[in-house]
Amino acid sequence: MNIHEYQAKDIFRDAGLTVPPGGIATTVEEALSLARGHGLPVMVKSQVLAGGRGKAGGVKFCKTEDDVRTHAGNILGMDIKGHTVRKVLVTPAETIAAEFYLGMLVDRASRRVLLMASAEGGVEIEKVAVEKPEAILKHAIDPRFGLLDHEAMAVALRLDPDVKRARQLADAMQKLYKAFLAADASLAEINPFIFTDQGMGKAIDAKINLDDNALFRHPGYAALRDLDEENPSERLAREADLSFVKLDGNVGCLVNGAGLAMATMDLVQYYGGRPANFLDIGGSSNPDKVVNALRIILGDPNVEVILFNIFGGITRCDDVARGIIAATERMEIKVPIVVRLTGTNEAEARELLAKTDLVGAATMDEAVQKALALAGK
Amino acid sequence: MAIFCTRETKILIQGITGRDGSFHAKSMLGYGTNIVAGVTPGRGGQTFEGKVPVFDTVKDAVAATGAAASVIFVPPAGAAGAVFEAADAGCKLVVCITEGVPTLDMVKVMPYLAERGVRLVGPNCPGFINPGQSAKLGIMPTNIVAPGPVGLISRSGTLTYEVVDALTRAGLGQTTCLGIGGDPVIGTNFMDALQAFHADPETQALVMIGEIGGDAEERAADFVKANMKIPVVSFIAGRTAPPGKRMGHAGAIVSGGSGTAAEKKKALESAGIPVADRPADVVPLLQQIWKR
Repeated sequence: MNIHEYQAKDIFRDAGLTVPPGGIATTVEEALSLARGHGLPVMVKSQVLAGGRGKAGGVKFCKTEDDVRTHAGNILGMDIKGHTVRKVLVTPAETIAAEFYLGMLVDRASRRVLLMASAEGGVEIEKVAVEKPEAILKHAIDPRFGLLDHEAMAVALRLDPDVKRARQLADAMQKLYKAFLAADASLAEINPFIFTDQGMGKAIDAKINLDDNALFRHPGYAALRDLDEENPSERLAREADLSFVKLDGNVGCLVNGAGLAMATMDLVQYYGGRPANFLDIGGSSNPDKVVNALRIILGDPNVEVILFNIFGGITRCDDVARGIIAATERMEIKVPIVVRLTGTNEAEARELLAKTDLVGAATMDEAVQKALALAGK
Repeated sequence: MAIFCTRETKILIQGITGRDGSFHAKSMLGYGTNIVAGVTPGRGGQTFEGKVPVFDTVKDAVAATGAAASVIFVPPAGAAGAVFEAADAGCKLVVCITEGVPTLDMVKVMPYLAERGVRLVGPNCPGFINPGQSAKLGIMPTNIVAPGPVGLISRSGTLTYEVVDALTRAGLGQTTCLGIGGDPVIGTNFMDALQAFHADPETQALVMIGEIGGDAEERAADFVKANMKIPVVSFIAGRTAPPGKRMGHAGAIVSGGSGTAAEKKKALESAGIPVADRPADVVPLLQQIWKR
């Protein structure tokens, strides 16, 4: 789950990082009153779950109240990479003497949390990683001991030889690690971490992605989910405990298993079609789950055919077939349905399907080809 | 001989009395797997299916039966704890089937396992099956496998079954079919599995089924190129996956433009590993390059 900058800043504050104050406005008037409260100049920053907000014109420096009116007015309602801006963060503008990138993520190769730090702060770190990889310092943190003082200081001194500033950077890294663990994050970034003209270190931006698997031990984070940012069908899927991603094609896919679901989408494209979604229905043959999945997929007006691809394995195919038939009988479905079932009891499953309007298929290639032939008819 | 375990390896199951644990324990027993004990706290002294003794702790189970490997069916919140317990009790092989384990729990487990020389498979994986050894440590369907010379490594579940089924239908049995799991932090990765297969004289050909996210396939490609003489073919799922979206598996995500199927395909092909366009092409591709 991704959260907004202002929410991530709260987590950073709890971990002891220095973060400028800020307030959230949903109207120009609210933005103005926040600006007056902080004192000008301020930054008005769009809060959307998308990168590149600054480049899109979603982050503005405001010297006067007129600036706040103009910029807050422009930013609220703005579209940034398909996300509509519904709120802005109003925060005092800082003088910037130097800026750095500090980030952490779970590194698959070392199986540890990886600290990444760079003196190239304030720019897209992905770009730095590609163009100037040597500018990013890395340190894999030993989970038994955490980020030790000397380890943090060694990285910090390479970022900034000034000892006073290096100490602040090292301290920020250790607090970032604390925040990372406390939140069960998968990614946490401060970009940039700045020094003001007075030499004060501050995190003026914040990004945290949370580990979905760990949300069960953070009940409070449910309130951080921004429902406006979620695609309605993806929200329904999450509530129904289905793994779903909406795409823009016309072939609705229901598959058991994530790898097979991806392979099914790929096969649709291989045969010249376009998948409407990724959906992993799991090992269950429960008709309720199938009904939920069908509702979500049929909620997309682009869908012209539905393709079930089920590899039975331990799940019995006749059970799955009964689940699909029961589900389709409970709702009105106007598009054709192709069902591929393989595995335990597949012959029985095929017999059951033969008595219905559902189109059977023996292999995934056959199923995809049949689905594409039926799409749009 | 297959990898990781033989028919003699004594195996225990943590969570044997749970819904999933009991279901799969029965299937494992039915396949002939050498299951010597089960563990469920509070159920010590009971017997599973009339033949497998159940213990309160892994330590008790190991002391009484000499079990050396554990298969874990414990809910996500307790899964990492179960891995710690198995390692502490002296199990040298731990297979964690549980899906949805917090990633940082696994980060914490790893050095503990390394210090004790414990191999972990998973979490969030189907485990593995060694058909020639009648050993199944996990949830793979037994009716689609057959003993033979092909090794298989995969990050997926049902997609693996699809390919295993095709192998078996083509008369190509398997030494070991291994699902390493779809999470970002896993015990045995592609590289570890490749090294194990490389050391197994019975494995004469290899199938690798990868997916988007991370760079495990790229690293595997380098290893194969530098070390392996046997034929290797591959399939990568997720060519059509949009960037930034988690495709079911927590680890299956294209982030910051890296981890794409195209990159992986390129790395594999430049290491001389053919990559199938469709799952159905994997077996023909293997037959084409395998000069027997």
